[in-house]
Amino acid sequence: MSGQSTIHNPQSAISITFTLNGSTISVEVDPAERLLDTLRYRLGLTGTKEGCGEGECGACTVYLDGLPVNSCLVPIYQVRGCQVETVESLDPAMLQPLLASGATQCGACTPGVAMTACWIREHRELLATHSIRELLAGNLCRCTGYDGIVDGIQTSLEVGA
Amino acid sequence: MSPRSFRAVYSPPVDRLEGLAKLTGRERYVDDLPLDEFLWGATVRSPAPRGRITDVRFGPGVDWSQFTIVDHRDIPGPNVIALIENDQPVLAAGSVRHVHEPVLLLAHPDREALRRAVAAVAISVAPEPAALDFRLPPAPEAIQYGSDNILKHLSISKGDVERALAAAPIVVEGTYETGAQEHVYLEPQGMIAQLDGDVLVLRGSMQCPYYVLKALRVALGRDERQLRVVQTPTGGGFGGKEEFPSTIALHTALLSLKSGKMVKMVYDRSEDMAATTKRHPALVRHRTGVATDGRLLAQDIAVIMDGGAYVTLSPVVLSRGIIHAAGPYACDHVRIDGRAMFTNAVPFGAFRGFGAPQTHFANERHMDRIAARLGLDPAELRRRNLLRDGQSTATGQVIHDGTDRVALLDRALSLAGYGAKRAAHASHNAASATTRRGIGIATFHHGAGFTGSGEVALASRLHVAGLPDGRVEVRSANIEMGQGTLTVFTALAAARLGLELSDVVIAEADTSRVPNSGPTVASRTAMVVGHLVELACDALRARVDLDASATGETVRNALRRWHEHHPGEDLVGEAVYQRPPGISWDDSTYRGDAYATFGWGAYVAEVEVDLRTWQTRVTDFVALQEVGHVLNECLARGQIQGGVAQAIGWALLEECRWRDGAMANAQLTNYLIPTSDDLPPIRVAFVENPYPLGAQGAKGLGELPMDGPAAAILNAVAAATGADPCTIPLTPERLMEIADWGLRIADSRGEGTAS
Repeated sequence: MSGQSTIHNPQSAISITFTLNGSTISVEVDPAERLLDTLRYRLGLTGTKEGCGEGECGACTVYLDGLPVNSCLVPIYQVRGCQVETVESLDPAMLQPLLASGATQCGACTPGVAMTACWIREHRELLATHSIRELLAGNLCRCTGYDGIVDGIQTSLEVGA
Repeated sequence: MSPRSFRAVYSPPVDRLEGLAKLTGRERYVDDLPLDEFLWGATVRSPAPRGRITDVRFGPGVDWSQFTIVDHRDIPGPNVIALIENDQPVLAAGSVRHVHEPVLLLAHPDREALRRAVAAVAISVAPEPAALDFRLPPAPEAIQYGSDNILKHLSISKGDVERALAAAPIVVEGTYETGAQEHVYLEPQGMIAQLDGDVLVLRGSMQCPYYVLKALRVALGRDERQLRVVQTPTGGGFGGKEEFPSTIALHTALLSLKSGKMVKMVYDRSEDMAATTKRHPALVRHRTGVATDGRLLAQDIAVIMDGGAYVTLSPVVLSRGIIHAAGPYACDHVRIDGRAMFTNAVPFGAFRGFGAPQTHFANERHMDRIAARLGLDPAELRRRNLLRDGQSTATGQVIHDGTDRVALLDRALSLAGYGAKRAAHASHNAASATTRRGIGIATFHHGAGFTGSGEVALASRLHVAGLPDGRVEVRSANIEMGQGTLTVFTALAAARLGLELSDVVIAEADTSRVPNSGPTVASRTAMVVGHLVELACDALRARVDLDASATGETVRNALRRWHEHHPGEDLVGEAVYQRPPGISWDDSTYRGDAYATFGWGAYVAEVEVDLRTWQTRVTDFVALQEVGHVLNECLARGQIQGGVAQAIGWALLEECRWRDGAMANAQLTNYLIPTSDDLPPIRVAFVENPYPLGAQGAKGLGELPMDGPAAAILNAVAAATGADPCTIPLTPERLMEIADWGLRIADSRGEGTAS
């Protein structure tokens, strides 16, 4: 954990306990603090990125009780007792198809894209009713034009079939 | 040119070297660096587009003694951000020229307290008449630059346009308009400043460390030895991190110098969108003399760009814009007049394509208008006019690169199924009550590297060092921002010296360690600087008395032996840019070889327009280009696909809405960029024709894909609907206004489409 400067008002801090990447942790924190900031600045998990701060770009995607959410829109009090998983929890071997397909360029959207890609892979039943492009539409990427990402997800579905 | 220039690309194909670090979130960007003790920095900005600052009030409810506060009086040197003209202040002094102009800087350990403090500062401005529309001549009271608000006037002249126009059997006119575009690099601007002894160290997201170094040297009045600029992994740039980082670096530096502490500034998305540079809006008028067989007899083109409130890079953007304005066509009589206008808008700046996308959009849309007038297939009109080897561009540059540009177009048409689709669209459009389909093309070019004498003036230097363990280190100021520099440089050095990829290290772009190999802009990095990597490898080999045939273990052993005999010394091979033979450019007349080489593109877009919503959907896209030898197919394809996607956004979605000189939609909720669901698969193909002076035969390619799509798409919409759209972004609202009329005309003639 880095010594990032304080970002909370100590008077209103409360203790919040949740499961992060499989381990139970407690933080003393302003309940209105964004989950994104708790992860990045308090816990040093900087893999989760801030792209827009208003739930449009998906760069800050984490799993909350197994569902992908924008962590910039989640006040930390809402994760009490919940399971939170971040990009740091992903198995790098699962990401190899995305590397080979050119799914990452500048990398700023990439952790969020990787989270969505792995989620699609784990929920392939959704592909009966949705296209990969529809399922990925919550993650903005400005570099790739999305083809590299879509191709990588497609390959990872075939590899892991 | 040595035969080794054409040695095969490093094989097998190399995956992006830092790719896994990015996918797993391990890559550390400026906002991710673990810092021990630091202050957050923030900017207080002008609320008005023009006026005199009459009062700055620090509101109640904030303990101001806890804040570091900087204004223009804290700037040690001249209050200018050094670039082309030193007209832009670091912080406003007395008056402001645009909304969001930086006036004050604040720093505090708590980011929330800082946000409240910024909101508690009230800046009063006595308003003065502002120039807010670059298309109109300025009112006398709004003139603030020279006698006419013209920031830069440039012209190109070839032959006798007036005479050729007068003699032409057909003259076709058109006016075309393009809007501002926000870069939306996913990582916002960010910088950290810190004193390390008497050296001020800046670390941050940037394309051009030496631009930042120069700006710091001038405004801080500091010796370069007391400055160090280090690029951190950069989450996208697209030109938005070419010149702007000098501003945020200066602000962070001033706060750090005044507080004596480390200071970090990271813009949130809204500030980044509202207060940083964007693509220049442009208005382009064409008057073209045409023979009845479609040959271009005269091109008279006037280009106006909105420069915004300071000069920044507008003269060079205008220059590239007008040089590309006549397109890749042969015409003996060409006149291009270009003006960049001062307005009280946030300064416009570098953005992928750098003026050329605007003029190519106009020219390619105009070609279709000419084709319609003549009743010619737009492809046939282009075939008849595309430059053949031996013919010359508007600046008189004779093209003789062996690329068959007509064959390039025909191959693109074949890949797209152009003929069959046109027939299918005609029957679909006759039958469908709700949708119209069309296909459109664009043929275009993009000059690689700096314009004119630019590369010679840069005199880029690059080092490849031999390390004691036998590896080599590439020392360059060119940076990775997603386009693949790290991978390409590594593969180039490894291939040149016959080494493994793991034998090559790319040095951090740190101005205290790497020479100035020039900025990471202008589609120059792989082609120009990559070739310097190769030449510096050769120079290193010569330093250890090896000839050009030495590779692999022979090289590694020689490097180790050298260090055994010269302990502690630096072993460096150096390359310096040399003007290519046979290239000449006259900056005073704008005649000659504007670029050492051009990339060539032929793009085909297919669209479907929904007549109920007036939404245009791109349903297929073929991007075919000749960019010399392709160094890494995956990276090159990704550059093209990303550029096309960015251009589709510019063409259809991305609209900056202005209110009193400010961007009213500075957030991703209402400034829309394409999602995966808005785009078709972008089909990319290359025709390879190695360029002798580029690294392994490569030409620059990063900007080319920004040039063609907008016109191809609007040409497709015209084919689909019979409308004649001339303005982008072509939003549903804009299309509804113009297409309704066109469709009714078509329907009354009993036709489903007007082609």
